[in-house]
Amino acid sequence: MSDFSSPLRRARGLGSAQDGTHHWWIQRVTAIALVPLVIWFIMLVVSLGGASYDAATATLSQPLNGILMILLVTGTFYHASLGFQVVLEDYVSHEWGRKLSIIAVNLFCIAGAVACYYSILKIGLGGS
Amino acid sequence: MASSDSTSPARGRPLSPHLQVYRLPLVAVLSITHRATGVANTVGLALLTTWLVALATGPAAYDAVMGHMTAWYGLIALFGWTVSIYYHLSNGIRHLFWDVGYGYELRNAYLSGYAVVASALTLSAVTWFIGFMLLGKA
Repeated sequence: MSDFSSPLRRARGLGSAQDGTHHWWIQRVTAIALVPLVIWFIMLVVSLGGASYDAATATLSQPLNGILMILLVTGTFYHASLGFQVVLEDYVSHEWGRKLSIIAVNLFCIAGAVACYYSILKIGLGGS
Repeated sequence: MASSDSTSPARGRPLSPHLQVYRLPLVAVLSITHRATGVANTVGLALLTTWLVALATGPAAYDAVMGHMTAWYGLIALFGWTVSIYYHLSNGIRHLFWDVGYGYELRNAYLSGYAVVASALTLSAVTWFIGFMLLGKA
């Protein structure tokens, strides 16, 4: 295939969307990080199945569990917003509908992640 | 291959494999399921957020949330979320292998597809079995 782009354009490697492979790449990086984190999360939830409030807070206030939970929340909400964006780009043909729905999903993901961060820190650092 | 279109068959032309007249092969069903489970997992994050916020709010809020999550509809949602997570996790690993260039042969694509379905169902069953066993002991 002949390449008509200039050397500078090729070196930048950003393509027509001006975003390059960043979106694709970060989706893979978060996916790899989530493999062990999700397995840990399911094991934690199973071990806490039907646990009392005291038992659940005691487990989550252990530093390792709090740190892993923050990492899990970061990875899942980031990965979810990236994936949801692709779904909306594929199925919402109306331009403004597409842009606004992507913005809405991103804001919801940020809000959800922040709510989780706040809760994890409150459980871990006490004061409840 | 039922057709509701009256003109095309009369002219003897083959129909293009459109979604309405085309039976999706397994790999295609698994592909759209990956996307569907991704969306479902995102919705499931609301459960995680609710659980953490309730835990941070206090015992009353936590008990109220746990009451819903352990009710029949909550358990169905949680079980569905489990299957969805395991499917997306297993098929995601399959995708990562494709990303580095392995498993594209048709035979291997089908084999890994069956493996993903088996893994999602088995891991879900094992997870809930262990969960109920631990509950029984507690």
